[in-house]
Amino acid sequence: MSTWPADAFRFALVGNPNCGKTALFNMLTGKRQKVANYPGVTVESKRGRLVSPGGRKMVVVDLPGTYSLRGRSPDEAVTRNAILGQLADERAADLIVCVADATNLRLSLRLALELKTTGIPVILALNMVDIAKARGITIDIVRLSEKIGIPVISTIAVEKDGTKALLAALDTFAEQHRDSVQPSWHEQSADEVRATHRFINDVITECVTIPPNADLWTRRIDNVLLHPFWGLLVLLLVLFLIFQAVFSWSTPAMDAIKAGFDFAGGWVKTHLPHGMLASLLADGIIAGVGSVIVFLPQILVLFFFIILLEDFGYMARAAFLMDRIIGGVGLHGRSFIPLLSSFACAIPGIMATRVIDNRRQRLATILIAPLMTCSARIPVYTLIIAAFIPNTHLYGFINLQGVVMFGLYAAGIVSAFLVAWVFRLFVWSGKSEPFIMELPSYKRPSLRSVGMNVLQRGFVFLQRAGTTILSMMVLIWFLASVPGAPEGATDPAINYSFAGIIGHALHPLLAPIGFNWQIAVALIPGMAAREVAVGALATVYALGNDEGSLGATIAANWSLGTALALLAWYVFAPQCASTLSVVRRETNSWKWPIAMFAYLTALAYVAAFVTFHITEWLSS
Amino acid sequence: MPDPDFHAMPLGAAKKGYRGVIVAVGFPVPRERPIADEFNEELERRLLEIGFVEGAQIEILHEGLIGGDPIAIRVDDMSVALRRHEANAILVSAPMAASALSQG
Repeated sequence: MSTWPADAFRFALVGNPNCGKTALFNMLTGKRQKVANYPGVTVESKRGRLVSPGGRKMVVVDLPGTYSLRGRSPDEAVTRNAILGQLADERAADLIVCVADATNLRLSLRLALELKTTGIPVILALNMVDIAKARGITIDIVRLSEKIGIPVISTIAVEKDGTKALLAALDTFAEQHRDSVQPSWHEQSADEVRATHRFINDVITECVTIPPNADLWTRRIDNVLLHPFWGLLVLLLVLFLIFQAVFSWSTPAMDAIKAGFDFAGGWVKTHLPHGMLASLLADGIIAGVGSVIVFLPQILVLFFFIILLEDFGYMARAAFLMDRIIGGVGLHGRSFIPLLSSFACAIPGIMATRVIDNRRQRLATILIAPLMTCSARIPVYTLIIAAFIPNTHLYGFINLQGVVMFGLYAAGIVSAFLVAWVFRLFVWSGKSEPFIMELPSYKRPSLRSVGMNVLQRGFVFLQRAGTTILSMMVLIWFLASVPGAPEGATDPAINYSFAGIIGHALHPLLAPIGFNWQIAVALIPGMAAREVAVGALATVYALGNDEGSLGATIAANWSLGTALALLAWYVFAPQCASTLSVVRRETNSWKWPIAMFAYLTALAYVAAFVTFHITEWLSS
Repeated sequence: MPDPDFHAMPLGAAKKGYRGVIVAVGFPVPRERPIADEFNEELERRLLEIGFVEGAQIEILHEGLIGGDPIAIRVDDMSVALRRHEANAILVSAPMAASALSQG
């Protein structure tokens, strides 16, 4: 933003959810956009910039989709104040572009009239006019504009020339624009909303004709997708396909990334003088960041499907089908997708909670996201299961190892629901939130727009990996490598490091849950990413990176109780620094990551304690 | 004076296939726990903002699996999902002939 003058023309994009506002924002600004952060605010608001055809530099403020400027939470009030110029360091918008879905005008027109009352000039961008036309909807634009007293411009956000008229209008407006008025806003009363609706009803009767079967296909598709039985079956099938894709399509790319980072680490170690710098680069930065970036392919595949289904209109249906099923514990239908994403990795899951507009439900979803078994836990699970659970069959056909694996996944889901239920009961008691959600008509997604959104998500993930996560990795490397082993030391170097010292110091605390000091030490570098604990265990047992011999070693050294206790610990696995740093980032506060760490650690400790003692008692 | 062709009921009690017209929005919803009046006002306004307004034509299109909840409702020319609990804040009526048609 640095090269844009402070007095550059500013306009805000406001519109209902599903009106194609994001696509319009992307088309207008291209890659020149960033997420704005207001202190303590969790609602996403984006800033973008563009140069108009007339050569003007303009700033676009993108607000989350809404039906009203009222704002249902203090967070939304902040984004409203941003365009009204009521925040200390931001000027009011010079113009509001109200984006309307031409196939569903009623609510957009009401919002546009509410925006007009602020005193800021408003333009109505009639988006998706192509789809409206295909459905036989006709709109008398000139008449509409006269009636509502707002200039109306047709746009097709997903086509390159579809924003031409809007850009031209922006230029004309900026040309004539002089001093901006001081905007004012008052909360509309229910009766004002009713009166506006009555007015809009007359306007629509006069200017818009909608054939009776305009949404015939949406209704036909919904007869299957919202069916209580077939709908759930299709949802399960869709989930199954997404999981298949996430885990199978991304394997080659993940292997390549892993090989690339291994190669880079090896290159650094052979070409740099052996010492702290080489270790910091190879073991700290390259290996640490690599252990997180390796999940990028899974995240991209996952987001591809989520955004594709969202643009198609299916996600609202998935929320509808799941609402009652997960609503019993106080979650929202929309919590479903973030929780689903968390099975790949909690980081994109937590990032995806932005679709939940209620703050409490969003926080509840964020807090339980790490309980979904992420793929970083799989190496830990498979190591211990292979070493301790006999590969036998129950009743001749149920694989015992498979049962344990399934049990661990199920334990995570069940505890997530219990935790959400406890939060609802004690932390946010008595405040149940309504589930009110538009079911948009189905639309063919634009691959360009989907691709752009996927890349954006990937970029945000890399930014996290590049900033917060990188600094965590360096810290963890430091703990695991400094101070180095003394002369003539016989134990592995990590044993003498701060991680070793902390691990040994923590050991008395962890002994009651059956952990030996080797596990205690391995948990420290395991904070980088959960699967790093496997490599760290190998280091502590001085085995090098051979997991086969690690399995044999722990099978010989650990009791069954210890092994099962570690599995129970990993169901909760509080020690993921990347997750905690993303929670801090998303909630803009240290309170929530600390609360998350505390409750996960407490649960992990209790679960491991109970598991250890019951197993020891049963096997003695 | 009661109109013989007219009986109002909460939308939350309507079954799939029900067609009618909204006659009132913002009917106080009984809560599990006592709750401030602001809640009902907030609900009223959110319902109004998403298109549930007196005079709008509605039809219940779909019901969820558990307890027929939530419901997918046609409101004029758009569809909205709502839990039955919140739908009780909306009073609807169907002329006798129309409701007999939809039930028969």
